[in-house]
Amino acid sequence: MSEPSPPPEPVDPDDMALPDRPLAVFRATSRGITARFARPEAAIIRELVAQVVELVAADMPTVGSDDLAALVGISDSAEEPDDPVLARLLPDGYRDDPDAAREFRRFTESTLRSAKVETAQMLLETLPAGGGRVRLSADQAEAWLRSLNDVRLAMGVRLGVTEDFHEMIQDIGPDDARYGYAHIYDWLSVLQASLVEALS
Amino acid sequence: MSVAPVEITRAEGDEEALVDKPWLTIVWNDPVNLMDYVTYVFQRVFGYPKPKAERLMLDVHHKGKAVVAAGAREAMERNAETLHGYGLWATVSHDT
Repeated sequence: MSEPSPPPEPVDPDDMALPDRPLAVFRATSRGITARFARPEAAIIRELVAQVVELVAADMPTVGSDDLAALVGISDSAEEPDDPVLARLLPDGYRDDPDAAREFRRFTESTLRSAKVETAQMLLETLPAGGGRVRLSADQAEAWLRSLNDVRLAMGVRLGVTEDFHEMIQDIGPDDARYGYAHIYDWLSVLQASLVEALS
Repeated sequence: MSVAPVEITRAEGDEEALVDKPWLTIVWNDPVNLMDYVTYVFQRVFGYPKPKAERLMLDVHHKGKAVVAAGAREAMERNAETLHGYGLWATVSHDT
């Protein structure tokens, strides 16, 4: 597990693709949980969330041949996804028992995919494309938490994030292809942590 | 992720449940999930008080994994499914 770095200025703002100002974080106020997003911040989150939706909703396992199976979300296929990001988002439920892992996946994967798409959609509905103030109910905040976490899990796999991310990010220079992505990941960690704090 | 040798941790009072219904929900350490988020999820999903949720989170962090619940197999599978919804890396296992 990891801890977010202290907010919000990790590097020289000139080197960041994100806006040159304190980055958005959530606060608990008397009128709910709020944050103000600049237009590029909103655009970045919306794009990343949409990518997770695309990934999770694509090649949904064929839902069961019979109507009852379809109704309760039992699918025919039961193999761990090849894509490492999908494998992290939809992990095995058993570690050393392949048969039980397949059975678990057959009964849970399609429901889990739908739940991830739903939380992502709830986030997208509450985040204006042009940025601005976001005010969340408890349910919406919970959806944001899960959805931001899915985005970070996906980015973490792509970036090869380790427990020593803070050291890792120091070694990623502006010429590195991972540079912008790594700093967005860092900000999303701070943003998610602020939401956990606001909910606590 | 830590690969240190792991000792199964049990919350106090769970021994009896383990004997009767020896199925476990295990959460594994991973480098992405935030420590405070994992604590929040344990409180939310299991209704654990914050100190217990924190202790389990630290076990996951330092030992590589922790048993977060014990009981009937179906209940442990439901836990794993719920935890997957939160992005935690959870598995079900038979206590042998």
